[in-house]
Amino acid sequence: MRLPFGSPRLGAVADAGVQVGQPPRRRMLTERQRAERKLAWMLCAPAVFVMALVAIYPIVYAIYLSFQRYDLRFPDDKTWIGVSNYTTILSSTSLWWQAFGVTVLITVVSVVIELILGMAAAMIMHRAIFGRGVVRTAVLLPYGIVTVVAAFSWQYAWTPGTGYLISWFGSSDSAPLTHQWQAIPIIILAEVWKTTPFMALLLLAGLSLVPEELLRAAKVDGATAWQRFWRVMVPVMKPAILVALLFRTLDAFRIFDNIYILTQGSQNTRSVSILDYDQLFTALNLGVGSAMSVLIFLFTALIAFGYIKGFGAAAPGQDVRGVR
Amino acid sequence: MNVTARQRFGWGLANVIVVLIAAIPVLWLVSLSFKDPSTLTDGSFYPHKWTTANYRGIFNQPLFTHALVNSIGIAIISTILGVVLGAMAAYAIARLDFSGKRLLVASALLIAMFPAISLVNPMFNLWRTLGIFDTWIGLIIPYMTFSLPLSIYTLSAFFREIPWELERAAALDGATPMQAFRRVIIPLAAPGVFTTAILVFLFCWNDSVFAISLTSTNNARTVPAAIAFFTGASQFQQPTGSIAAAAVIITIPVIVVVMLFQRRIVAGLTAGAVKG
Repeated sequence: MRLPFGSPRLGAVADAGVQVGQPPRRRMLTERQRAERKLAWMLCAPAVFVMALVAIYPIVYAIYLSFQRYDLRFPDDKTWIGVSNYTTILSSTSLWWQAFGVTVLITVVSVVIELILGMAAAMIMHRAIFGRGVVRTAVLLPYGIVTVVAAFSWQYAWTPGTGYLISWFGSSDSAPLTHQWQAIPIIILAEVWKTTPFMALLLLAGLSLVPEELLRAAKVDGATAWQRFWRVMVPVMKPAILVALLFRTLDAFRIFDNIYILTQGSQNTRSVSILDYDQLFTALNLGVGSAMSVLIFLFTALIAFGYIKGFGAAAPGQDVRGVR
Repeated sequence: MNVTARQRFGWGLANVIVVLIAAIPVLWLVSLSFKDPSTLTDGSFYPHKWTTANYRGIFNQPLFTHALVNSIGIAIISTILGVVLGAMAAYAIARLDFSGKRLLVASALLIAMFPAISLVNPMFNLWRTLGIFDTWIGLIIPYMTFSLPLSIYTLSAFFREIPWELERAAALDGATPMQAFRRVIIPLAAPGVFTTAILVFLFCWNDSVFAISLTSTNNARTVPAAIAFFTGASQFQQPTGSIAAAAVIITIPVIVVVMLFQRRIVAGLTAGAVKG
């Protein structure tokens, strides 16, 4: 366990398991290792099989299309054109980079807010004194509403004449969704409201792993609430925090439904996924659209790589027999 | 821990605020679903004129009732399959040593990252060739696949926090690795397992991209896809009220699932499990 107040009993047993150098034990261990490897592959096989079978072909096909000139309006014109779809996209400041900027802005702001709110909500769900089930269910409710419907209800709420939010907060003649700098905060609000529960639920499950006796021990030792949070809870929750942040960021970067319903991407509120959708389904330009998908994919891969490097040993697949 | 009256009040207040923030936009949907069409656009938070016409309307449409059955069936089957396969792989990743593990973890994540909108086109063609277009299995397969990365990641993050000694103790008592997994690890991992189950269920339940692209009739169309085909209570009305009513109805199973599963997300399962 990577705990600052590490309990000695855990360490002692783990050490005995880690010291594997002695010659007399080696044969037995390799045999065990072989059995272990076999079991591991048997356990992973179904998941690997399913993922490979279903996902590989469409992904490879999309990558292949990204190097083609392939416009459904002129299907006979299909030819290999190398990276020219990519250069077209990356050299268009007004479309791609504008959308990229909006996407990054929305992603960063909403993920930061969600992490803070999600942590607070997780604490509240964890410590709820009365009606725990009701509190938890209510907190998770936004994530359970179908995204397009939730976005639609926000859109309705912010439209002059039909919505309550506009009559509570706006003036009667303003239409915030038609101005870029008002529409983007509304998009972020809708996104944060909708997906904070995802964060909160993962963090809640992480909180449930924090040993109660460790918190009590820290309190007895005179640690303040703040120290107990940073020194005891956060280290134990680190894997959960990583998963929550990682999947939220990847999803936020590919934000689509909310913008599609709220503004249809007008007033320069397009995200990269909206742009991609326009290419694939409206312009029917599969070549450029697929290239955009690959670019979105590459950027999300970069984000994921950054997180996993940043979190080091807390990432899945690392540190199996490590310093426990 | 002793809870003072002031702390109790503070937590209570926090509970109320959080519940309100989460609930107000939902209540707005409920309100819309009960508004009489003539007052639908009055901008009021409460309906001034109530009606249940929207609910009667959607339950008279086979479009909605079939979609509801499809949604429930497809989401439950996909969740069970996704969590079981995910748990097996996550156990191996968190607990066992084998070559190719990092590759597996990395490629699972890559699959989760590829934009779904560019995958539906080739899948549409492939599904029609295979004859699974517009069937339950045709949606269960992508849901299971694209939720697997999330379940593998979440579950392995939780599996690795379970004390090692318990597994070894089970082995000493004569349990096979499979028994140790089923009898010791799974119950201890329950918070992680049920968290994952909730997230996977909601992923399947909410998806509209695959649902719209891989279905064409009531045979397998789920509610998020069916909503796009809604008309109003009468053919000449905006479907706003019907959509709101449908949203309220399909949120009820979500509440049931979350209510049932959240009980297993509790602290202290491993408390006192390892005595030094």
